[in-house]
Amino acid sequence: MFKLLEIILAGKIKTEPINNMGEKNFRGELELNPNDCIKCNKCVEACPTGAITTKNVTGLPEIDYKRCLFCGRCVESCSKEALSHTRRDAAPILTGEKTTPIGEFIKNKIGRSLAIRHLDAGSCNACDFEMGALSNPLYDLQQYGMHFVASPRHADLLMVTGVVTRNLEQALIMSYEAMQEPKIVMAVGACPISGGIFGETYAIVGSLDKILPVDIVVPGCPPRPAAMLVALAAAAELYAKK
Amino acid sequence: MMLRIKPDELLRNAILCADKGKNVFTAMFGADERQLGQGYAIYVLFTDGEKHSMKTIRVEFAPDSELTYESLTPLFPAAAWYEREINDMFGIRPIGHPDLRPLALHESFPQGYYPLRKDVSLKTQVRGHREYKMSTAQGSGVFEVAVGPIHAGIIEPGHFRFSQAGEDMLQLDAKLFFTHRGIEKLVEGKTIEEALLIVERICGACTVANTLSYCQALEKLTEQEVPHYGWLIRMLLAEVERLYNHVGDTGNLCAGLGFSPIVSMGSALKEKIMRVNEGLAGNRFLRGVIIPGGVRQNISMESLEELKITLNEVEKGYANIVELLENHSDFLNRVKTTGIVRKQTALDLAMVGVAARASGVAVDCRRDLPYGLYNTMDFAVPIEHSGDVYARLLIREQEVSQTIKLLRQIINELETNKNKKLSYEKADYRIQEGSWGMSESARGNNLHWLMLDEKQKIYRLFVRSASYPNWPALTMAVQGDIIPDFPLINKSFELCYACMDR
Repeated sequence: MFKLLEIILAGKIKTEPINNMGEKNFRGELELNPNDCIKCNKCVEACPTGAITTKNVTGLPEIDYKRCLFCGRCVESCSKEALSHTRRDAAPILTGEKTTPIGEFIKNKIGRSLAIRHLDAGSCNACDFEMGALSNPLYDLQQYGMHFVASPRHADLLMVTGVVTRNLEQALIMSYEAMQEPKIVMAVGACPISGGIFGETYAIVGSLDKILPVDIVVPGCPPRPAAMLVALAAAAELYAKK
Repeated sequence: MMLRIKPDELLRNAILCADKGKNVFTAMFGADERQLGQGYAIYVLFTDGEKHSMKTIRVEFAPDSELTYESLTPLFPAAAWYEREINDMFGIRPIGHPDLRPLALHESFPQGYYPLRKDVSLKTQVRGHREYKMSTAQGSGVFEVAVGPIHAGIIEPGHFRFSQAGEDMLQLDAKLFFTHRGIEKLVEGKTIEEALLIVERICGACTVANTLSYCQALEKLTEQEVPHYGWLIRMLLAEVERLYNHVGDTGNLCAGLGFSPIVSMGSALKEKIMRVNEGLAGNRFLRGVIIPGGVRQNISMESLEELKITLNEVEKGYANIVELLENHSDFLNRVKTTGIVRKQTALDLAMVGVAARASGVAVDCRRDLPYGLYNTMDFAVPIEHSGDVYARLLIREQEVSQTIKLLRQIINELETNKNKKLSYEKADYRIQEGSWGMSESARGNNLHWLMLDEKQKIYRLFVRSASYPNWPALTMAVQGDIIPDFPLINKSFELCYACMDR
């Protein structure tokens, strides 16, 4: 017992502020230098999920982070090194009609804590592990007045990972129906947002918005825990308005 | 070595191939080879650990012949799930199988629907109904406890049905495959590069292992060789993956009995490694580095330095955790003699990885079927004999130090190696030839088997993760223990759902 206390005190694990910059080499949000781009379309061809389009006025590549796997194939294919990864996380995107800007973290926005229920709808478990990491001492989700709950009946927010499989469709719908109004749905990672690399198969229904109304999405494959924290902050704000 | 036989010769040949248990039943799967001018086939793989080779039996069903054969399960209990899956996916029925319920396809799929047959469309969602009956114990006073597929914590989905006599678990039936995505069908017709990105995303915690097995299966189909330096980077990633899993799993085991401080320490240590991963690979799950032929990017010297420092920190932090656990009598009381898997059970079920080594079965494909540069490295394969939660913890503890030792050797070689060639340029892969690749994940050996078509695209990919043979063992391990010990026993196995379900 004393040994335990001694190690805890000596350990000095400290909660860290939210840091939306990854380590050096991290493949985060993409950056395009429009002066260098020769519109060769190689990045469009290289993208495995069709996240890059050039069908806009400028003819320059545009990235849809709802599909992006951050795999780096576009950067690799670029003939002029015009595309590069930054170390930044791609920002969460609010879907639907609300256009609330994502500001700084808002504490006590709803006057009490926000209860979150996780639901794996068919994920590869990477997003789930990152969500689990939110409870480690470095992120310490609880400090922001948010916590994971054991039942959807206690939850304000449903955080869904994975592309929706046929075998989980019913559980997903039942969990959503068990929640009380108002309720918010967050899609975590490329799979529930857009189908990701999987799309549709005989066993996959597809992206989450085919089944439930989605309020907010967090890009990434998987998104880093810090990106999830930012998205949760935005979700708390959204919830307050519902 | 491949043996081609008729369906009615399978059982006899499997017995011969197993050679009184000398060769281990490793996997079994079907293939629809009608487009190649043949019929259906079943492949059965046996590992010969002594000769470091794989024996393959190919059962050939003549076109339009009856799709039945004599079940292996009564003699090879390890075949039980594989045969159920082949029945689900291809409709090839094992006669005499004791439990031919569906496995991967749940209630919403109609009877007689076999998705891995080539004439079934990938995207059409055929709806219907089939029965999925849970297996339970009967008797006066026996009741059932149903848990999942959505669990209380942040874990993957599975449904557990306990048959209880008071607190005692008489029987456990696990309904899994909730995250079945049809990946094996999805990759068919895809290019090697397209399939690679999908393979990387079969499972988060086994990303490197899955990718490495896939790449090795391909690389056996060419004369080209992966450069030495490329292998060093691959092995570095594979060992880092093992390390973060083992460290995280040790901490998480304590969540199974509410020992919170250790859970926190374990998760904080794991987080440290995950951040190094980001610097090493650009992704916390080490995605985007390994490709067929080698690796696609070098490791920066800066992140290598970072890894060295982190290894020292992890070594120290982990030693603290071990010391706390070893001196905590309440903890030891809970983990010792809980969730025992006997050696014979481990052998019968052809278990792999941590769980097998904790039950006295020393299997590790880094040694038994060596790949990469493992046969030039110095590492031990730890073994324990009590088969309980404690033994599985001890295996992880010893493997953490073995892995750190391996990582230091690899880092040393990376730093001194002059030839920094990352991968071979281009390769032509042989077509219409089955090929296997295996790598040791944190949970045990991970097997991929594939065949290419004439356009060098995937014709068939079979993925058997380490969790596949171990899941049935978990249901055996809990028998006779009390239900509050289930989370603890479950976490001591720490099996993946995603890479088993595919």
